Amino acid sequence: MGNTDQPVVRMSSITKRFLGVTANQDISFDLYKGEICALLGENGAGKTTLMNILFGYYTSDEGQIFIKGEKADLSSPRDAILRGVGMIHQHFALVPSQTVLENIVVGTDSGKGIFLDLKSARQALIELQERFGLQIDPEARVWTLSVGEQQKVEILKALYREVDILIMDEPTAVLGPAETADLFKTLRSLAKEGRSVVFISHKLNEVMEISDRIVVLRGGRVVAERKATELNTRELANLMVGRDLLEDIEKKELPPGQPVLKIENLNALNDKKLPALRNLDLVVRENEIVGMAGISGNGQKELSEVLFGMRPPVDGLVEISSRPLKFGNPAAAIRSNMGRIPEDRMDTGLLMDLSVEENLILENHSSAEFHSYGLMKSKRIHQFSEDLIARYGIKTAGRDAVTKSLSGGNLQKLMLARELAGKPVLIIASQPTRGLDVGAMAYIHQRILQERERGAGILLISEDLDEIFSLSDRIVVIFEGEIMGEARGTAVSREQIGLWMSGVTA
Amino acid sequence: MIRFRIIKREPLPGWAKIVIPIAAIVVTLILSAIPILLAGGHLWKSYFYLFHGALGTRYNLLETFVKSSPLLLTGLAVAFAFRAKFWNIGAEGQLLAGALTATALGIHLGSIPTVLVLPTIIISGFLAGGIWASIPALLKTKLKVDDVVSTLLLNYVMIHIMGTLLFGPLQQPGSSWPRSSAIIEAAQYPILMVKSRFHMGIIISLVAVFVIWFINKKTTFGYQSRAVGVNVRAAHFGGINTTSVILWTALISGGLAGLAGVGELCALQYRLIMDISPGYGYSGIVIAMLGNLHPVGVLFSSLFFSVIIVGAQTMSRMTGVPTYIAEVIQGMALMVMLIFLLFTEYKIRAVRK
Repeated sequence: MGNTDQPVVRMSSITKRFLGVTANQDISFDLYKGEICALLGENGAGKTTLMNILFGYYTSDEGQIFIKGEKADLSSPRDAILRGVGMIHQHFALVPSQTVLENIVVGTDSGKGIFLDLKSARQALIELQERFGLQIDPEARVWTLSVGEQQKVEILKALYREVDILIMDEPTAVLGPAETADLFKTLRSLAKEGRSVVFISHKLNEVMEISDRIVVLRGGRVVAERKATELNTRELANLMVGRDLLEDIEKKELPPGQPVLKIENLNALNDKKLPALRNLDLVVRENEIVGMAGISGNGQKELSEVLFGMRPPVDGLVEISSRPLKFGNPAAAIRSNMGRIPEDRMDTGLLMDLSVEENLILENHSSAEFHSYGLMKSKRIHQFSEDLIARYGIKTAGRDAVTKSLSGGNLQKLMLARELAGKPVLIIASQPTRGLDVGAMAYIHQRILQERERGAGILLISEDLDEIFSLSDRIVVIFEGEIMGEARGTAVSREQIGLWMSGVTA
Repeated sequence: MIRFRIIKREPLPGWAKIVIPIAAIVVTLILSAIPILLAGGHLWKSYFYLFHGALGTRYNLLETFVKSSPLLLTGLAVAFAFRAKFWNIGAEGQLLAGALTATALGIHLGSIPTVLVLPTIIISGFLAGGIWASIPALLKTKLKVDDVVSTLLLNYVMIHIMGTLLFGPLQQPGSSWPRSSAIIEAAQYPILMVKSRFHMGIIISLVAVFVIWFINKKTTFGYQSRAVGVNVRAAHFGGINTTSVILWTALISGGLAGLAGVGELCALQYRLIMDISPGYGYSGIVIAMLGNLHPVGVLFSSLFFSVIIVGAQTMSRMTGVPTYIAEVIQGMALMVMLIFLLFTEYKIRAVRK
């Protein structure tokens, strides 16, 4: 110890296999004191697996780990935390009904005997908050907090456990631009104090912005390790996907046709029974992509749920191809020939524990094509699903493989295959590329453009402004359940969209 | 120092589904040696009489089938409901509803053509169990009442309804016991093998195994209930009428339990008594779990249970080990199976400190 060049974490020759699939192949990874190191790679590159090994969540098949110079045999996250390693997963581990303070002390030994000593815990928490500028009311119940605030609670939880090696798994996937900037400020102040941060991501711009050093993984191996200053975004993309894949989107000029979606005066409530949509009006036409920008939590989720038939609105009118949509009835939405891509594909869109085939037939298993008198026509169903798997290039062991064995990109391909199979007149795509890698994202974008050329009208709800700008014919901005502004896709600046997103009308 | 840690394991291959229940039964029998020895039994003799008593003679073998019939039906009832995540703990009450209906009809159906008596009783018994189960299903879908609690509590409601009727309108005239009059002969299940109690209900329960397998595997409804079972929200999103799927699931599940009640009444007791069921509905839960909620698995686990129950009688007579050992073995089987199922997802690792 003592040498400043000695890494705080040294993972050497790590290999991890899952049922014959090699997730990490002979990876060596070092992390130094006071640095922010990005772990960059496509989905399935092995980033999360590697860090789960460092966090003691998985054990590696081969290789060794040294933490602060000592060999570490980690058999559970508890072992890792005791050595100062903390990890914040994409899905937070918080109890929604408890307060911030309770969530932070749970599982620690802060107490006298069997009683919790919340008073001194609270004092320690407030000190931490002041040191790192993470302001949250300790008495607030977690369910009342925004996603960004919940993430702060997770960070505080790690700091409270005296973690000095913090791993964050795609922390910005759930954040808006302002929250992301906030998070970066916190991470920098952590690094300044001498703590080390591993930042798992596949967003090139963010990685360039936040990290000191970048380690690129591809196919379970390390393909590059560079200082952030030595690289530009295009080189980084090449390293990550092994080919030149910064998208160049080509869009044909197409005049918009008849309206396929008409929303008038739509009002709806959110889960907490507060107004989420206020007198919303919107039209989407054939051959048109309407991009809906906005910071998350401004009514996008509720709007898509109303259209999907999952949330009955308070009042308003929705017409699909000039026919009124029956509310609160998913089957009616399916009958209106709408392609529905929900933002939470694992909870709402897909049956993760059933097979790929069982997911592909979900919406038309009761059509005359697939059953007679309640008996499934298995031959036709097999044909249908094998055809879709081939046409959409879904990587799976077969139509009978369980859906949760698919990677994120393939899950989304599965969603698209099902939703586009019926050649929908209208497509509602909610965050269709969130959490996907560059390759999968490009594929989804191409498909959306193809659907536009086919004649479909598309409502693209996204927080990714690059996506909105590169795909949309028209851009609308939603703020607190209202359309703040609307412009042709080419005739508006990012600054203007940014102003509308924060509720400023000029 | 060595510590032990429970960690997640990778998914097991398909053959494990068959090997694990068999291994669980073997381990159960090995562990059962402890209480048998404690009760002063001679180990090999005890096991010999346990199996000989259940399988060794023609009569005993057929008697094992007789015992398995209600267990199979309640096991199927629970398994079918659990697959759709309708937590039906109420097979006992649904069984009683079936038996009660069979009694009322079996006493009074003398006026209709003989060939119609049994079909009427069977269908009505099925419906009675099904309707009794659809009450908690309605409460669950309309008012979000927890189905574990409501199905369980309705068992006690049904026991008291039965008691009220057996001390009232259904009581055998002139009797001071809570028992009904005997059902008419046309309402009795035919015996299919001479010098035994092997009755038509056993065939009905075997047919039920096939029907449930067929529904699960081949029908749109089976698909829908599977979808509702793994993720109600996604099933709803996909246009499935989840309320109706849960209601139909409850109806079929309760109906199967109702058939168990009809069988006990029309094939064995011929009259309703308070202890018509020694807890078949509750055993059904254990049997369904032991059979991994699969109809064929339930068939084998119900046979295992009836072997233990029937064999324990002989074992007790010949070696003096009390028949309660059967219940110990059943409980042990469930515990072992649950532990084995746990180890399909987790493994223990020794860590040197």
